[in-house]
Amino acid sequence: MKKQEVCKLIKKSEIADGIFDFIIESADIAAEAQCGQFLHIACGGNMFLRRPISICDASNGEIRFIFEVKGEGTKLLSKKAVGDVIDVVGPLGHGFEIKRSVRKPIVIGGGIGVFPLYKLTKQLTNATVFLGFRNKSRVVMEDEFDAVSALTIVGTDDGSYGYNGYIASAMEGYLNLNDCDMIYSCGPMPMLRAVKKIAEERGIPCQISLEQRMGCGIGACLACACETKKDGTERYAKVCANGPVFYSEEVTLND
Amino acid sequence: MTDMKINFCGVEFKNPIVTASGTFGFGMEYNEFAPLAEYGGIGAKGLTRVPRAGNPPPRIAETPSGILNSIGLQNPGVEYFAEYIMPILAEYDTNVIVNISGNTVEEYCEMAEIISATDAALVELNISCPNVKHGGLAFGTDANVVNSLTKEVRKHCTKPLVVKLSPNVTSITEIAKAAEDGGADGLSLINTLLGMKIDIETKRPILKNNTGGLSGPAVKPVAVRMIHEVHNAVKLPLIGMGGVMTGSDVIELMLAGASLVALGTSLFAKPDLIYDVKRDMQSYMDRHNIEDINTIIGAAQMW
Ligand SMILES: Cc1cc2nc3c(=O)[nH]c(=O)nc-3n(C[C@H](O)[C@H](O)[C@H](O)COP(=O)(O)O)c2cc1C
Repeated sequence: MKKQEVCKLIKKSEIADGIFDFIIESADIAAEAQCGQFLHIACGGNMFLRRPISICDASNGEIRFIFEVKGEGTKLLSKKAVGDVIDVVGPLGHGFEIKRSVRKPIVIGGGIGVFPLYKLTKQLTNATVFLGFRNKSRVVMEDEFDAVSALTIVGTDDGSYGYNGYIASAMEGYLNLNDCDMIYSCGPMPMLRAVKKIAEERGIPCQISLEQRMGCGIGACLACACETKKDGTERYAKVCANGPVFYSEEVTLND
Repeated sequence: MTDMKINFCGVEFKNPIVTASGTFGFGMEYNEFAPLAEYGGIGAKGLTRVPRAGNPPPRIAETPSGILNSIGLQNPGVEYFAEYIMPILAEYDTNVIVNISGNTVEEYCEMAEIISATDAALVELNISCPNVKHGGLAFGTDANVVNSLTKEVRKHCTKPLVVKLSPNVTSITEIAKAAEDGGADGLSLINTLLGMKIDIETKRPILKNNTGGLSGPAVKPVAVRMIHEVHNAVKLPLIGMGGVMTGSDVIELMLAGASLVALGTSLFAKPDLIYDVKRDMQSYMDRHNIEDINTIIGAAQMW
């Protein structure tokens, strides 16, 4: 039986302007959580729908998730204080697939898309990580990724820190000189489209974590559709249940 | 313990709580949160004659105390359901209400025939989906069309036939009477109210379909009023729905005239809501010394 759980917020910090790092307590969720899965979180107040937020890390009875305040729901959530409880359903969704045969994985994240990649990167242990941000003030988790990867490269769109330009271009440059047999990706749509293109041109399998406005979060209401390459009733997959992680070749990433 | 059994169109429901079509998939996902046997019945996702892909995303937006959806009837088609899904659902100790939408009268009739040959308990005729171009709402807003459609489908349907009404009409009682004259065995209401939400930064609607159906607590007063009106206007038993979140809401819709009450959008907030709802209902029954739940149906007294 799955259940909804009320979990205590045990640690909270604002790691960049409007970006909150939360740790909650739940032995069951922490034990079950796979990298790339998400929690469906009730934000409180009069917000009716839960918000899907990716799991950043989970171990020893604690789950960490990081979110950006984007609307009313996340704003309410950000107001929770240590000791308050948070109503959570999860872990949900189909996360990243870690294949033993993969020797040279790349992990590439953009903006708030870097958070769902942290637990994955830890588990991979030998990933080359690319993290892209808008500018220097938005750079987060660089040291943490650095500590659990073979190499972590950070870039900013405006060149104010690290690699100067879009992070997908940094990855492309790296791929011109190095081998890779799996790309894991999460971030804004333009970045995902670029990553998908680069991966497919080179025949590198690529897993992409997608976001969509969700209803039930468990696959029943069909609200969170993403377009696939199939026809008919399979034209749209469910981001919450078939995903949020898909192989790039399954999805079109069309608007 | 109060007797919660309801006989609806000759079908026995162990309790009056069912689920609203489209919010509950085909039941399997929610079965992981509370066994399907907890419900008197479950409403399956709306089916069409041939499979449908549904509308492009985004398909959902949050609004004050509710949501807008524009799913567009994504479903695997009635034949797939009858062959592969209904046999699985038949194993569960609950009644299955099958919701069908056609593009034409013929499609509705064919679907009713296909479902009549399964273990479904009730056929629910969806003439009120606001999110598809053809069929759906186009059938549900004209009393003459509702009447003739119900008559035709009645000839092809050997299960009790429930017609699902749209709130997007001037007079819901007129439509209700047209369905009753056409031979419906029961009515269900309300489907969603047509709405829109615009992102003021991008100046575009949130939903790719531009408009969508409003559901959730925001619509409950509309549902209560319409159930009351329809209950007074026709003799048919009603399945009430629209914004039900608690056992008290279930009681309210029953007092207005519903025999069965569906949980819908509220399940998104609380997937195992059924337990709270039942507890809440029982405590009401105890407080009011109600022995048979049937006695509260339509029992609200008007000033
Ligand atoms: C996501 C979603 C999908 C729906 N799909 C259908 C459908 O396929 N057929 C139908 O008759 N009604 C459909 N409805 C309407 C519901 O069955 C119900 O009439 C309405 O949502 C009001 O109840 P509620 O406020 O409790 O959700 C849908 C509603 C939602 C929110």
